Amino acid sequence: MNTLIFRTVAPFLTALMILFSVFVLLRGHNEPGGGFIGGLIAASAFAIYGIAYGVAAVRRAIRFHPMSIAGFGLLLSTVSGLVSVLLGVPFMTGLWIYPHLFGVEVPLSSVMTFDIGVYLVVVGAITSIALALEEKESD
Amino acid sequence: MEVLLSVLVGAFFAAAIYLILSKHSVRMLLGIAILGNAVNLLIFTGGRLTREVPPIIGKGLDALPPGTANPLPQALILTAIVISFSFFAFLLVLTYRAYQELGTDNTDEMRLAEPKDDPMPPLGY
Amino acid sequence: MAATTSTPVDLSAALVMTPTALADWLVVLPPALMIGLGAVLMMLRHRIRLHGPIAIAGLALLVLIDALLLWKVLAEGPVTMVMGRWLPPFGIAFSVDVFGAVMALVSAVVALAAAVAALSDISDSGLRYGFFPFLLLLMAGVSGAFLTGDIFNLYVWFEVLLISSFGLLILGSEREQIDGAMKYAVLNLLGTTFFLIAVGYLYAVFGTLNMADLVLKVRSASGAPLMTLSALFILAFAMKAAAFPVNFWLPASYHTPRITVSALFGGLLTKIGIYALLRVMVMLFPLQTEELSLVVAVVAALTMVLAALSMIAQNDLRRLAGYAVIAGIGNMMAGIAIGSVAGLSGAIFYALHSILAMTALYLVIGRAAALTGQWTLQSIGGIYARQPGFAFVSLALFFAVAGLPPFSGLWPKIVLVKASLDIGAWWLAGSILLSGFLSTIALGRVFLFAYWRPAAVPLAVPARLDWRAFGPILALVLLITGFGLFPEWPLALSQQAAGGLLDPSAYIGSVFPTGGAQ
Repeated sequence: MNTLIFRTVAPFLTALMILFSVFVLLRGHNEPGGGFIGGLIAASAFAIYGIAYGVAAVRRAIRFHPMSIAGFGLLLSTVSGLVSVLLGVPFMTGLWIYPHLFGVEVPLSSVMTFDIGVYLVVVGAITSIALALEEKESD
Repeated sequence: MEVLLSVLVGAFFAAAIYLILSKHSVRMLLGIAILGNAVNLLIFTGGRLTREVPPIIGKGLDALPPGTANPLPQALILTAIVISFSFFAFLLVLTYRAYQELGTDNTDEMRLAEPKDDPMPPLGY
Repeated sequence: MAATTSTPVDLSAALVMTPTALADWLVVLPPALMIGLGAVLMMLRHRIRLHGPIAIAGLALLVLIDALLLWKVLAEGPVTMVMGRWLPPFGIAFSVDVFGAVMALVSAVVALAAAVAALSDISDSGLRYGFFPFLLLLMAGVSGAFLTGDIFNLYVWFEVLLISSFGLLILGSEREQIDGAMKYAVLNLLGTTFFLIAVGYLYAVFGTLNMADLVLKVRSASGAPLMTLSALFILAFAMKAAAFPVNFWLPASYHTPRITVSALFGGLLTKIGIYALLRVMVMLFPLQTEELSLVVAVVAALTMVLAALSMIAQNDLRRLAGYAVIAGIGNMMAGIAIGSVAGLSGAIFYALHSILAMTALYLVIGRAAALTGQWTLQSIGGIYARQPGFAFVSLALFFAVAGLPPFSGLWPKIVLVKASLDIGAWWLAGSILLSGFLSTIALGRVFLFAYWRPAAVPLAVPARLDWRAFGPILALVLLITGFGLFPEWPLALSQQAAGGLLDPSAYIGSVFPTGGAQ
């Protein structure tokens, strides 16, 4: 799409939406939000960028192929479930550690890595569908 | 409230089935989208309806406040939405490709894989 | 929903407190391994030379895991693991009994054979498109469906394998494939939606989705619309299994993809419908299944006789194989309709035989077409002169598919015929025999035309045997012959599996070790 306003706004919009998607992802543990909805927001950000600058620009910007991102997310989620084998608890049990980083207690858990995996799967899969459809439209 | 939603679910199903019975693949696609929503609404209604108390345990509490909504149907619906969404995306692309490749959206004319004049097998050497 | 209390909550009421034994991980490992490896292959999407070795190694490992799981289940009874420590019926349970374990093992064997066969059948562009990741994700869905103990989870695994099968079906994006995929996708999606509707009703009525818990609740239910539920489940699973009035998606699509993909589909997908039918109908709704048995029996008889007649009318070998798959489904449905231990064990034995035989049948047809360059009975010929060894193996397989001795197709048919005569359903026994007879004619004619008849166009010198293509066929046919020569072992397994379905107390005991579901 070739309007000046859209092309000027699109990068900022994309950056904001991706930032917001990460916020939604991390918020999702105790409040509404989470990996799926965050991933959808990020995927729509890439779709907007693709509409403004073309599919090639998006592919350059995300560096990896969307399906590889989805594959990494799937692997991360599976491994998060399998970690619990080390502690003698069943598959997918939530495990927590509370390291102190710079004097702040940071709760980290296998639930969070699972959710990040979901986020990446959704970003990868939906982006690759959106890009495929946008490619079709342009030719 | 359940009665009202049940009627709505029925209307959704009726519309979905009507559209799926069409010959045209785009209408069938719309019917499938409505069917997915009808089923989600059905599960939601099946989980019984309550008012305005989200199933989230607040700060400093150990259990859900009384009268909370049933969270399980919501989880089921979320799963079903994700699945039907991905299927819909796939079917959308497939229908588009079918229209491009076969030049028609009329399923009666999609006879490429099962040609009408398929010959019978030989009866002898 | 207890009122809020300020005391710390007693977690032992809701959580598994005993440490989980390492051996229990065998229950979740098959789907987890397949998903993990599929994800790795997705990340290595450009290194297609690595795909084959990784996938074959992974599937070999899967066979090993499933064999260990079967051995454990045979030794100790059903095994359960719950996700995230939540006790059933709150947590999603993976419960496996003999039935699930043996089906998972045979499916893994077939997938391994198909993966080896794919090395010579799938082109580089097919590999780049993602054949092996899709194969592994399909196997994740298949293993998950066989091992899960939660009915909504079963639906999710159905969808996992369905979406991977879409990917495999349109591998190559030829025009026929898109036409076939359109029908396959829409009708299968409708089938799983019916399943979801039934699950939604089930939850609305009983408020639980754990199958062991459902067995207990259904037994003590009064006034619940069980008949409606059963009819919905039967419709949904019959659609997945390709039973007669709702099976038109199968002959419309199974001949369009690459032959390895057809082999996988013909071996695995319909049998999952049969698995679900046995698991849900026989285990959850035994009384309703008995009441509906006449309907199921009529459907079964129509399915097998009409499919066998259609086999005779086919010119394209792949479509003929598609109807052979459906004819087998009719036999398994007959076993479900009979409902006794003998009938169910016949159905399970037939399912095991059919998984192996149908995959091998498609692979043999693919090999025959690769040798001659022809798919149709009208033009194919001269294989016997070209490769007599392959012709003998094919003949053995045709005997097995038609149900002739001494191969594995014979025994389940004997069991089924005897079981249907025992309950006085002579017409069901007759249609099993008639369907077998018609299949024999159809497959005999294939051998006559494709193997004995001299080639219309003289073929080149005897072709070199390609072991990557012939090895899997030979392995499957040897397994089938072994089943046929030593039927006691699979028959005993099938009987044990059927017994576990009819009396699921051991299954329930593994999900609720303390006995209380409340």
